[in-house]
Amino acid sequence: MTDLTKLGVAAIRSGVANGDFTAVEVATAFNANVAAAKVLNAFIVETPEKAIDAAKAVDADRAAGKLLGKMAGVPIGMKDLFATEGVQTTAASHILEGFLPTYESTVSANLWKAGAGMLGKLNLDQFAMGSSNETSYFGNVISPWRRNDGGNAALAPGGSSGGSSTAIAARLCPAATGTDTGGSIRQPAAFVGISGIKPTYGRCSRWGIVAFASSLDQAGPMARDVRDCAIMLEAMAGFDPKDSTSLDLPVPEWEAGLSGDLRGKKVGIPREYRLDGIDEDIAKMWDNGIAWLKDAGAEVVDISLPHTKYALPAYYIIAPAEASSNLARYDGVRYGLRDLPDGAGLQDMYAATRAAGFGAEVRRRIMIGTYVLSAGFYDAYYTQAQKVRALIARDFENAWAQCDLILAPTAPSAAFGLGEKTSDPLSMYLNDVFAVPASLAGLPAMSVPGGLDKQGLPLGLQIVGKALDEQGVLNAGLAIEERAGFTAEAEKWW
Amino acid sequence: MSVDKDTVNKIARLSRIAISDEEADKMVGELNGILAWVEQLGEVDVTGVEPMTAVIPNHLRLRDDVVTDGDVREKVLANAPAREGSFFGVPKVIE
Repeated sequence: MTDLTKLGVAAIRSGVANGDFTAVEVATAFNANVAAAKVLNAFIVETPEKAIDAAKAVDADRAAGKLLGKMAGVPIGMKDLFATEGVQTTAASHILEGFLPTYESTVSANLWKAGAGMLGKLNLDQFAMGSSNETSYFGNVISPWRRNDGGNAALAPGGSSGGSSTAIAARLCPAATGTDTGGSIRQPAAFVGISGIKPTYGRCSRWGIVAFASSLDQAGPMARDVRDCAIMLEAMAGFDPKDSTSLDLPVPEWEAGLSGDLRGKKVGIPREYRLDGIDEDIAKMWDNGIAWLKDAGAEVVDISLPHTKYALPAYYIIAPAEASSNLARYDGVRYGLRDLPDGAGLQDMYAATRAAGFGAEVRRRIMIGTYVLSAGFYDAYYTQAQKVRALIARDFENAWAQCDLILAPTAPSAAFGLGEKTSDPLSMYLNDVFAVPASLAGLPAMSVPGGLDKQGLPLGLQIVGKALDEQGVLNAGLAIEERAGFTAEAEKWW
Repeated sequence: MSVDKDTVNKIARLSRIAISDEEADKMVGELNGILAWVEQLGEVDVTGVEPMTAVIPNHLRLRDDVVTDGDVREKVLANAPAREGSFFGVPKVIE
């Protein structure tokens, strides 16, 4: 029998539906891979019995001739930012260690309803704050990829959805959920040679997702190819009255609408993204991407997004400001860790709990956020950042007069080594330079593999689309996928 | 604008995060590095620009003013670190 863990979402779904294999066989195969890959540290909690139970239900439904869901028989990894009823949900933090939600997030509930099963909860940067998965309380996730220099340097899987990216690249799951606040789906996807899409802000409900920066947080799928992303996004998205910013719109049939024919489409190439000193492999991959889109029938035009350089500094005011407010809920009273020093009062308990429960990066961002929102500084920092954010969104609006989609690299480099950027928070932040603008504007954006660099590591191409045009983004992603011929995989060492 | 150690201690207090003297010293440099970098936003001409309030045009919905949940006391208390009966336990606040 074929190795079922080599299959993606679409192949598993049709194989189960056709009776080529059972959902239980698929879940069993992935459970075995998960159990054998502990050294990668991709999972915080493994739930093999949940995967089997969901698979049994799908097999029973098929036997009974019932209509199967969009994700029927597909076991997935769930980023540990989604609340899962009765299964520990930590946001990779000490402060939520042992937290057992009494409710299920809307997105995960949608996936279970569609027939998916849960292999476990995936590691991430603590509260999704990080670009390398090095801020998790539960330890670093290690990328399955290694440089081709013969060394065994451990590489970052990207962040914050680093458990998701590693698990998919190492074939511990065919697909996983991610969340993207400033690139946390796209950058990890790029680092490990898989695909991932952040839909338009509001497509996927935020209800039950541990909040980081609510005006930016958006869930999306990560998977091996564009079709699998389209299938899973359909299952995840949809209006939810429990999220005040949820879009009250029908979910398009993105999978049925997939087409790599881009005739009549105009693709903009933003000149401000061609940074001085851009990595030459990145520049070459970008040029390849332009050629592939032309080959698919698109017309390529030069565009300008003049406020690009201000996106990152604006993001590092807005996101910490929202985080400082969102994370005020962790007080050691209602759930999570409590640190009560001898004789301490309520205020001391709050301060001790939060010092013990939050990691260094989370504390840093809460403090920055508190500062930029404090009396006397609010206008100079926060209001100014929100005005700049409006200008960044306007840049995109202006660009849409000239083009339908934008093509750029996902990240300025391939995966870096663990520990290489941890001493300087700013150098870590700069890794999100290409990802953050689309987040600030709430636009759909996707990363697809674009090739390998000189070190033999994957690089990602990013497509940004107009609000609500996930179809255009997916189609351009498909056109690239069909031409890039990306089949490279990390050689198994774990 | 730059922060000194007193300001860092004040921010930590406002954030309800206990920090040691050494941590405060270290934080002065880190915060100043980040603040110096974000200060480049000051050079952007924002004359006549309204601060963004919503990325995707959307109106806030109102629902009917009816009870939609409740009766879930056990669920609410299930993760309490120091439950006392049907309440959240906290250190003594009133002398």
